[in-house]
Amino acid sequence: MNPQISSNPATLATTVAGMDAVADRVRPGVEAGPRGSRRRSALSTRNVVIYGVLSVVAIYYLIPLYVMVVTSLKGMPEIRLGNIFAPPMEITFEPWAKAWASACTGLNCDGLSRGFWNSVRITVPSTILSILIASINGYALANWRFKGGELFFTILIVGAFIPYQVMIYPIVIILREMGIYGTLTGLTIVHTIFGMPILTLLFRNYFASVPEELFKAARVDGAGFWGIYWKIMLPMSLPIFVVALILQVTGIWNDFLFGVVYTRPDTYPMTVQLNNIVNSVQGVKEYNVNMAATILTGLVPLVIYFVSGKLFVRGIAAGAVKG
Amino acid sequence: MTSTTLSTTRPKRPSQLFRNLSAKLASIPMILTALVIFLGGTVWTVVYSFTSSRLLPRLRWAGLEQYERLWATPRWLVSIENLLVYGVLSLIFSFVIGFVLAALMDQKIRFESAFRTIFLYPFALSFVVTGLVWQWLLNPEFGVQNIVREMGWTSFTFDPLYDQSIVIYGILIASLWQGTGLVMCLMLAGLRGIDEDIWKAARVDGIPMWKTYLFIVIPMMRPVFITTLVIVASGIVRVYDLVVAQTSGGPGTASEVPAKYVYDYMFQAQNLGQGFAASTVMLLTVAIVVVPWAYLEFGRRKRV
Amino acid sequence: MLMTQTRSAPVAAITEPSSVSVRDLRLSFGSVSVLSDLNLEIREGEFLVLLGPSGCGKSTLLNCIAGLLDISDGQIFIKGKNVTWEEPKDRGIGMVFQSYALYPQMTVKGNLSFGLKNAGLPRDEIERRIAQAAEILQIGPLLERRPAQLSGGQRQRVAIGRALVRDVDVFLFDEPLSNLDAKLRSELRVEIKRLHQRLANTMIYVTHDQIEALTLADRIAVMKNGVIQQLDAPQVIYNRPVNRYVAGFLGSPGMNFTDGEIALRDGAAFFTAPGMAVPLHKYRASKGTLQPGPAVFGMRPEHVALNAGADWPFSAQGPCEIVEPMGSDSLIWTQIGGQSFSVRVTSERAPQLGDIVSVGFDPINASIFDAASGERL
Repeated sequence: MNPQISSNPATLATTVAGMDAVADRVRPGVEAGPRGSRRRSALSTRNVVIYGVLSVVAIYYLIPLYVMVVTSLKGMPEIRLGNIFAPPMEITFEPWAKAWASACTGLNCDGLSRGFWNSVRITVPSTILSILIASINGYALANWRFKGGELFFTILIVGAFIPYQVMIYPIVIILREMGIYGTLTGLTIVHTIFGMPILTLLFRNYFASVPEELFKAARVDGAGFWGIYWKIMLPMSLPIFVVALILQVTGIWNDFLFGVVYTRPDTYPMTVQLNNIVNSVQGVKEYNVNMAATILTGLVPLVIYFVSGKLFVRGIAAGAVKG
Repeated sequence: MTSTTLSTTRPKRPSQLFRNLSAKLASIPMILTALVIFLGGTVWTVVYSFTSSRLLPRLRWAGLEQYERLWATPRWLVSIENLLVYGVLSLIFSFVIGFVLAALMDQKIRFESAFRTIFLYPFALSFVVTGLVWQWLLNPEFGVQNIVREMGWTSFTFDPLYDQSIVIYGILIASLWQGTGLVMCLMLAGLRGIDEDIWKAARVDGIPMWKTYLFIVIPMMRPVFITTLVIVASGIVRVYDLVVAQTSGGPGTASEVPAKYVYDYMFQAQNLGQGFAASTVMLLTVAIVVVPWAYLEFGRRKRV
Repeated sequence: MLMTQTRSAPVAAITEPSSVSVRDLRLSFGSVSVLSDLNLEIREGEFLVLLGPSGCGKSTLLNCIAGLLDISDGQIFIKGKNVTWEEPKDRGIGMVFQSYALYPQMTVKGNLSFGLKNAGLPRDEIERRIAQAAEILQIGPLLERRPAQLSGGQRQRVAIGRALVRDVDVFLFDEPLSNLDAKLRSELRVEIKRLHQRLANTMIYVTHDQIEALTLADRIAVMKNGVIQQLDAPQVIYNRPVNRYVAGFLGSPGMNFTDGEIALRDGAAFFTAPGMAVPLHKYRASKGTLQPGPAVFGMRPEHVALNAGADWPFSAQGPCEIVEPMGSDSLIWTQIGGQSFSVRVTSERAPQLGDIVSVGFDPINASIFDAASGERL
């Protein structure tokens, strides 16, 4: 890997010297010289550069998280004193309690808790519904190719690139006609619709990678469309369902735009409520409460991220899967 | 091989329409979404962008009036300029940083997964959270500027969120923090996809590592670059929540972006026609990026 | 679904009892024609091998018979019943796949019983059939395991078992041994042959491996570009290939081909090439008499003798250029009239490199093809 080591006589000398004990056993006729495993310094320039750069960048990435946590544990007087990087002199959980239960958004002062439960009530059904529909779509597309299927799929994928702003208003009209504008049901449907392209792509590609012979064998065995889906495909694709789950839960939880457009203040999801708390113009700015609220909102996706590890990476890479 | 011509006279098998019936039934949600929402919704918005709709959508034709007014509105021009600056810079920086990080990560290093976890975690956070954190960090009274001043440079000024001329860079910093990890991950996947033998061959031929990257690896990663470009670019056009959370478009209108313009005109200024026209322009912007890509990608596949 | 229509097709056309019968089958994907006007009659209890290189349409044909691909035109009969529009499960077939295609999340027993449960068979009948299949294939101890815990050979046994429990008349094998290593392949080959002798049902077997084809088949159908080139017993196909393609595809090491022409001298036919004149009076022409014209002379290496004396109908001398030891035999490459020519000899008799060897053969073993069409003359 590193040509410097082998060409550096000093390194060679030490390498050879280090093998005095071995040298005794060298058979006559075998030349002295490099032998055995090559010595490598852990502090080579290359390593210093690599780990140095990575560490600096890592610190840069971690600073915001650190500052968030530290700020949320300080009292307001301490914050006014000064250094946002300084660890709290006196740890207080009051900002957390306030952010959760009594921070004000405009008129109500019942904190983020309502937004949290709204988000739960949005995320759970949206995730289940969108994964169910998308997995069946993907399965139908991959294994039961029918005329026109690819055309609709292409529209769906192209649709994934259309800015949401273009489709927002027509959906408002549709939901209003259905009488569910401003309800959690309406938002669930919206999330299901906009989750469909990426999830369908994910499942279609996965099911297409399942050996076709397996599918053929099941057909010879007399299983039909639903039989093969429930008994063969679903049980053997649990990992991809987990990937989809991660993708959807984080995506829906983090959504802001649809929350703002399709819900009313009493059904606002957590992200919208957070923004209202922090950016509300009335009253004195309580930075510690704001940061506690911010962490609380980011907690669900962060926990999922740290728990799921590699699967999360697979989920986001799914966006890059070529069709 | 003899290929017989299709005989049209032969009666069609009766089950043709009902073949795969379950599959067709199961695909109804997808078909509805594709046709009604994606296709229908887009066409609807484009059509209504040529009307004088205000509070409610009305089919009262106004020709290109909405577009003329749009391009005469300073706030829209600022939005477009911001999008351009933000877009170009975030593409350049996220690609360069993302690729360098990926290349460093690909050196068979230890703690690789720890580093990856750190670089990617902001991506799990929402734009709202990202915007609020950086709003706090860039707060001139308490944040970075204050720290540096306390260290002795009393004249140090770094308050992008309160300076109209540089506010977009403040947003850029936050968005790079949030999104570069994704680019790194995609690039790393691309690097890992390159045949191990390529590296061995380059090593045997004595080609220095940087040259191998520049002349062999990067050209081989073209598909990854293109896919990443499309993903990042379509994200740039959509940027909305980050701005709302970090600056609310301010100071003044200095950090407005098109997506916010659309939302504000549709739901707050109750000027639907303006919103429709602005969103149609956004659609065109995306089309400029996506259509050539789709043409290359799918056109190429057809030929194979 | 819509069973009534599918049953209404005429059944009267059958004259002699065929187990599987494919008539005027045509299959095209869009404008690409894959199979066209293909006819095939397979007798009751016959072991038929579809042999050809990849992409020749042999697996496609098998999938059509199984009902896994919808054909564009033509008819398929199984046991005298028109199954052209039937679902695979209703065709009375069992199928074994190259990748085994075992359901990964089910146990061996679950794999074997899945089809029977779908067919709504009573539980004790399912148990009975599984026990029987397990006995025949010796997979009894594996019944509770999952496919991932099995070796390749065991997996393929289970896959065969899945076809077996269906208790059907026709077995379809789609390159079942291609994923196995050489040793296992020859073991299972014997086992499949034994299975056929025991069950005596119709088997259609797709492979690209000529050894499998030659050892297993009652008849071989050699395919190329979606067309059956020759359908006959293995020995006939090997010894009297109908065209140059079949001749070249079968046999390892491959047949020697020498370009030249047929000439008539004093009324007797000769094959002539530079430095070579082979009398053909003993050659059995397939169509009447041989006519003069460009031709290709084919001779299998094992039909060529080394150190041949003048008593052979044809002999020639050439340098020994390459020796390829193949274990018991060696392949010697020499030149006759400027065209390379191989001879198969037992390894003890192999000459040294550079020796001048004399080779001889009897044209009775030759296959002569028209240079233009490749058809056997």
